[in-house]
Amino acid sequence: MPDQTVLELRGITKRYPGIVADDNVDFDLRRGEVHALLGENGAGKSTLMNILYGLTKPDEGEIFVGGNRVSFSSARDAIEAGIGMVHQHFMLIPVMTVAENIVLGVEPVRDGVLLDERGAEQRVGELSEQFGLVVDPTALVSSITVGQEQRVEILKALYRGAQILILDEPTAVLTPQEAGELFGIVRSLKEDGKAIVFISHKLNEVLEIADRITVLRRGKRIDTVPQEGATEEGLAQMMVGREVLLRVDKAPASPADIALAVKDLHVLDDRELEKVRGVSFTVRRGEIVAIAGVDGNGQTELVEAITGLRRIESGTVAVGERVLEGRSTPRTMIDAGVGHIPEDRQRRGLVLEFNLAENLALHDYDKPPDSKRGWLYPARLVERATRLIKEFDIRGGGPLTLASALSGGNQQKVVVAREVARNPVVLIAAQPTRGLDVGAIEYVHQRLVAERDDGHAVLLVSLELDEVLSLADRILVMYEGRIVGEHAAGAGEEEIGLEMLGGRKQAVA
Amino acid sequence: MSEGFPTANDPPEQEPSTDFAVRLGAAQRAGGLIVPVLTAVLAFLAGGIVVAATGHNPLTAYKGIWDGAGFNWLFHVPWDTNTIHLDAFNLSQTLLTATTLILVGIAVAFPFRCGLFNIGGQGQYLVGLIVANWVGVSFASWPTLPHVLLGIGAAAVAGAAWAGIAGFLKATTGAHEVISTIMLNWVAIWGGQYLFGQGGPLQNTYNPAAPESGTVVQSARIPVFWGNSVLQGLDYGFFVAIAALVVFWLILNRTTLGYEVRAVGFNPEAAAYGGINVRRKYIQAMAISGAFAGLAGALDMLGYLFQFGVLDVQASQIGFLGIAVALLGRNTAIGTGIAAFLFGGLLYGTTRGLNPNVFDPSLAGNLTSMIQGLIVLFVGADVFILYIWNARRKLRLKRRVEAAAT
Repeated sequence: MPDQTVLELRGITKRYPGIVADDNVDFDLRRGEVHALLGENGAGKSTLMNILYGLTKPDEGEIFVGGNRVSFSSARDAIEAGIGMVHQHFMLIPVMTVAENIVLGVEPVRDGVLLDERGAEQRVGELSEQFGLVVDPTALVSSITVGQEQRVEILKALYRGAQILILDEPTAVLTPQEAGELFGIVRSLKEDGKAIVFISHKLNEVLEIADRITVLRRGKRIDTVPQEGATEEGLAQMMVGREVLLRVDKAPASPADIALAVKDLHVLDDRELEKVRGVSFTVRRGEIVAIAGVDGNGQTELVEAITGLRRIESGTVAVGERVLEGRSTPRTMIDAGVGHIPEDRQRRGLVLEFNLAENLALHDYDKPPDSKRGWLYPARLVERATRLIKEFDIRGGGPLTLASALSGGNQQKVVVAREVARNPVVLIAAQPTRGLDVGAIEYVHQRLVAERDDGHAVLLVSLELDEVLSLADRILVMYEGRIVGEHAAGAGEEEIGLEMLGGRKQAVA
Repeated sequence: MSEGFPTANDPPEQEPSTDFAVRLGAAQRAGGLIVPVLTAVLAFLAGGIVVAATGHNPLTAYKGIWDGAGFNWLFHVPWDTNTIHLDAFNLSQTLLTATTLILVGIAVAFPFRCGLFNIGGQGQYLVGLIVANWVGVSFASWPTLPHVLLGIGAAAVAGAAWAGIAGFLKATTGAHEVISTIMLNWVAIWGGQYLFGQGGPLQNTYNPAAPESGTVVQSARIPVFWGNSVLQGLDYGFFVAIAALVVFWLILNRTTLGYEVRAVGFNPEAAAYGGINVRRKYIQAMAISGAFAGLAGALDMLGYLFQFGVLDVQASQIGFLGIAVALLGRNTAIGTGIAAFLFGGLLYGTTRGLNPNVFDPSLAGNLTSMIQGLIVLFVGADVFILYIWNARRKLRLKRRVEAAAT
């Protein structure tokens, strides 16, 4: 029976102090289907799945697996009921082989006590062949790619007999190619009769892979719709509760004089390995230049070098008229007119324990009017914050609210407000929409385009190819520390994707 | 979502953040006054249980300590002349101890706000004490005010330089300040023993057999404003300590330096990104901290000690108490002040101030150490205390929900 319901959640409610994470949510799953759970950060997706996987207990509601009412008090109970979960953050032991990781805890045994390695490898091999999960069972986990690690996690669940598989934001860590392969795997699992919960906040992939889509917003189930007939616009509206502009609306660029010129830059990482190997490019006023690439190809080090956070081994960075060689500090770069939206706003972009007024003053606290001869005037910090909070539509608090109390999207607005309000010569945005939901992404994109239209230079570094393609006026592809391709806006996704994986190594002078 | 770990980014989806530091920070803000007060109460309760176990009445014991610290003087009626003089004296002694504790407390609290743990308060205190003694014994022809100011100033500078060494090592080589300040403590202790010891450069000139410093001359002694100067009355140094609390608060909250120190303390990476020279802040924070500790040494030397011996150097512990004061005071100005008075009362009220008929002094001294230890332990177990507190609240909430359901 194709329509057989294998899982049902009824009226699940979970309260945390001050918030209802899930409010009377119903959810059901049929054999051989992919059911996507769609919602913004904080909509209650993860809480719901943690309840299903036995990690959290619901305050109200019932869970039925195969028609029987169950109550899980730990993940072990859930696994025994045939539920497997692949978390966003993998839980593998790097020094052990793929097969050893998979059988961990349920090891096949020979002669009573010894681990049957051969048997384990064979079983794993069979499973991976059956579902097209290509991975070498004898390889060490430390030596395989992120995409393969994910397959190991899926195999781990299957090995434990999972009939229901929960995939929590599975594409967040993958390249476009790897994501494509994952979808193939999901389809073969589906054909085999497994039931899959696919958690995501990316609309296009949900439409591509899911049979049915349930949208959560602020802990409430908004609707469950079949894939046929669903549109990105419709889903986005359900998620956010209002109409959302998914496509960035922008006029053609009108580049002016050069604002940022990087020449033959070489930079080492913390382990003294050369991560940036002779990168040269320019960014003009009035254009958005995007650097595309898979994570770890030197983008982070490049940005840190340009912003003075990392020592430059050789080469030069010129901002406007000023050429900065060798010893630059964040201070000199800030004063030269570099605005920087850092890739990790919580680690670097904000002092979470500071209030918004203090955070918004992070670059200017030592200059009038914020301070004079070392004396700080908190009232003036508050004054500026009040203005910026209004101008940049920062919600969830006032000037004296701690940054940690804001949502991710509003935290990013604080960072954007601070950097944009300084009127930088060049604005460097490193993964500016990472971890943000649809509404906040829309906001950040519009701001970046507005900056460009205002005649500022914008350098965007992003791992999301979609973002690069929709925002950039010029695209540079970075691979293993070098720029391996340059494209005008409107270039093909395929070609860039290939270059991101080193498919074509052609240095651009 | 591609963050490497659960963060405060999406609080409603996760259980409250699993990052310890984030949770502690949030909890401390949420806890506000509750936690330090609860900490002290729990410590006193636990102390009371031990007292009861020894066959004494805990209430009598604590009343004895309260009276011993002279706090009962505050509740005297003016016509009661029976014990008022003794109580006044006790209170003045408590305040004298609190003076020192405030300053060594700040010496720990200030660098804490910069993310540094200064265990070297004792060494910096000793260095200040030694320098103040040297100034106080010399320059006998000077008038009082400049002489005292020179002694205090020199001691503060010396303390700053001493702690600055640890800050400099941290900034340049990354040497951990806990290790280097502990080592500097020992250098100060052995240095003091050499300087005051037989044949040492600062040994007194009138009794070569005694391994003791010279005596601070009259002109360098800080005048007493409450009590008898011969009987170790309370000197004006007390107001210097109170002023230091105000200065501490002003630096932290009303100067760019304080802003930088707090930024570095909360998040050095964000501070560096903001354009702050993190290494320089480490040196500055340590130096300022050492100045406070050195000041403590100077006030003690010029206020009532006047002389220090090798044995005193070995026995002195008060600098270490600054850690407990700062911890209980949450590294804030007001908190440090209150904690210093509490510990000052505890320290004096269980030792010389205690009426031996009420409670055996040998036991009482241990009770102090125990309460100190428990407070430090409980402050360290902050999260645990908050857990108890929250569990209580949750239970109440649950009851309310259940009541609503039925």
